[in-house]
Amino acid sequence: MEKAIITVVGKDQVGIIANVCQYLAKTNINILDISQTILEGYFNMMMIVDMSDSKESFSDVCDQLENLGENIGVHIKLQHEDIFNKMHRI
Amino acid sequence: MINLFEVNETNKMIEQENLDVRTITIGISLIDCIDADIDVLCQNIYQKITTVAAHLVETGEAIEKKYGIPIVNKRISVTPIGLVGAAACHSTDDFVKIAKTLDRCAEKVGVNFIGGYSALVSKGMTQAEKLLIQSIPQAMKETKLVCSSVNVGSTKTGINMDAVKLVGEIIKETAELTQESDSIGCAKFVVFCNAPDDNPFMAGAFHGVSEADAIINVGVSGPGVVRKAIQTAKGKDFGELCEIVKKTAFKITRVGQLVAREASAALNIPFGIIDLSLAPTPAVGDSIADCLTEMGLERVGAPGTTAALAILNDQVKKGGVMASSYVGGLSGAFIPVSEDQGMIDAVEAGALTLEKLEAMTCVCSVGLDMIAIPGKTSAKTISGIIADEMAIGMINQKTTAVRIIPVIGKDVGESVEFGGLLGYAPIMPVNPFSCDEFIDRGGRIPAPIHSFKN
Repeated sequence: MEKAIITVVGKDQVGIIANVCQYLAKTNINILDISQTILEGYFNMMMIVDMSDSKESFSDVCDQLENLGENIGVHIKLQHEDIFNKMHRI
Repeated sequence: MINLFEVNETNKMIEQENLDVRTITIGISLIDCIDADIDVLCQNIYQKITTVAAHLVETGEAIEKKYGIPIVNKRISVTPIGLVGAAACHSTDDFVKIAKTLDRCAEKVGVNFIGGYSALVSKGMTQAEKLLIQSIPQAMKETKLVCSSVNVGSTKTGINMDAVKLVGEIIKETAELTQESDSIGCAKFVVFCNAPDDNPFMAGAFHGVSEADAIINVGVSGPGVVRKAIQTAKGKDFGELCEIVKKTAFKITRVGQLVAREASAALNIPFGIIDLSLAPTPAVGDSIADCLTEMGLERVGAPGTTAALAILNDQVKKGGVMASSYVGGLSGAFIPVSEDQGMIDAVEAGALTLEKLEAMTCVCSVGLDMIAIPGKTSAKTISGIIADEMAIGMINQKTTAVRIIPVIGKDVGESVEFGGLLGYAPIMPVNPFSCDEFIDRGGRIPAPIHSFKN
């Protein structure tokens, strides 16, 4: 399993999750966990996904998610989960 | 499983507090390039560097993308050219030829600096090493990306005062030759005592003779993150302050370790060390000075500054060694003036002097770094400043360094702009009294008593 973390931050609006999920389904990326809050009107979401069967390379998914974010007016970031594991777990 | 809070903390460090990996540096041995013919030597060097480091930049960029963390610099260090060129170089021009070859290599593979135009002369100089040192001004003038260093002393050997004297003259000459660009040649040259073999940071990086054929060393950074952490300890006692800095240093270093392992695997080059240095940049908030003032000082340079720096340096190491089994290089806090907005402000406010900086170098890595002084300062005074700094390193068994820029045509009250990561610096006053007779003595300062441990 190749786990990665997607973070989405931006002004809350209709369809953010739908847009991201649609893209992930299309690219064959499986969602393992979602947590989401609204902080002072700002949408804040984290997804843990499995990229092992992804149709696109990691780097392409990075770019495509970023573009998608720009289109719907939020900031989307994809990072390999190791950076968080290393930093927060001994 | 990783939670939203942890993810946000990491990304806040990267996006708002300038967390980055400062450099991935490949150390490359040039010993197998040695030839008695200078042209063959240059060709061998070009061939080896451009082969070994061919994929460095793209690998670095791929890692940046994968983890979403900037890797600011990709660099190369090589075996000290004073050794590599010994058989082939019979004049300073021959050495400059090698410098130009290194410059071409750096440009070809796309790194932003290549270090190792160096000589290790802590006890004595060979003829070739002397020629190399004499060629430094011309080499710094004619190349853009080559960095140079000279190790003039160590705890084991004492200080080579002939070299200290020569290097003072070389700094002056380099300043004069690069006068049109505010003596920037001197920003690419550093003088060391106890220089480490595996330092990934410029201008002092070189690939020591004790190293493998090629090795990956990584320098982490993150003064902005540490400053933010210290902010949360406002009013708390030193125990709690230290705990917070230590934990933050741990997190920063783990990221460096991850990047180092990843780069090592991708390039198929063994991992060497993580350098735990806190290295500032001119960006607002990315400042060691701000870490110190956050501890409760009005300005850097105020009484208490040396103690604050000692705490910072020590806690960064304690957190860092827990995060990586192989720690090396310089590992400590850097206190360059021109590259740190807080330092610049302190100098301009009259809080920070050359003498206080010298005291601060006793408790941190590395030394007097990126300090602009009046262009009229004599070569012997510069040698005197170097001798003082080398003595601190020799006696305290630590690395010290001097990277000082006598800005030709400028004086106290003016400032100098180097641009980019090198920043800008106000010209600092130098003690006007002479040390000429002291420097003229020549010879060696013997190794200190506590170096005889056998």
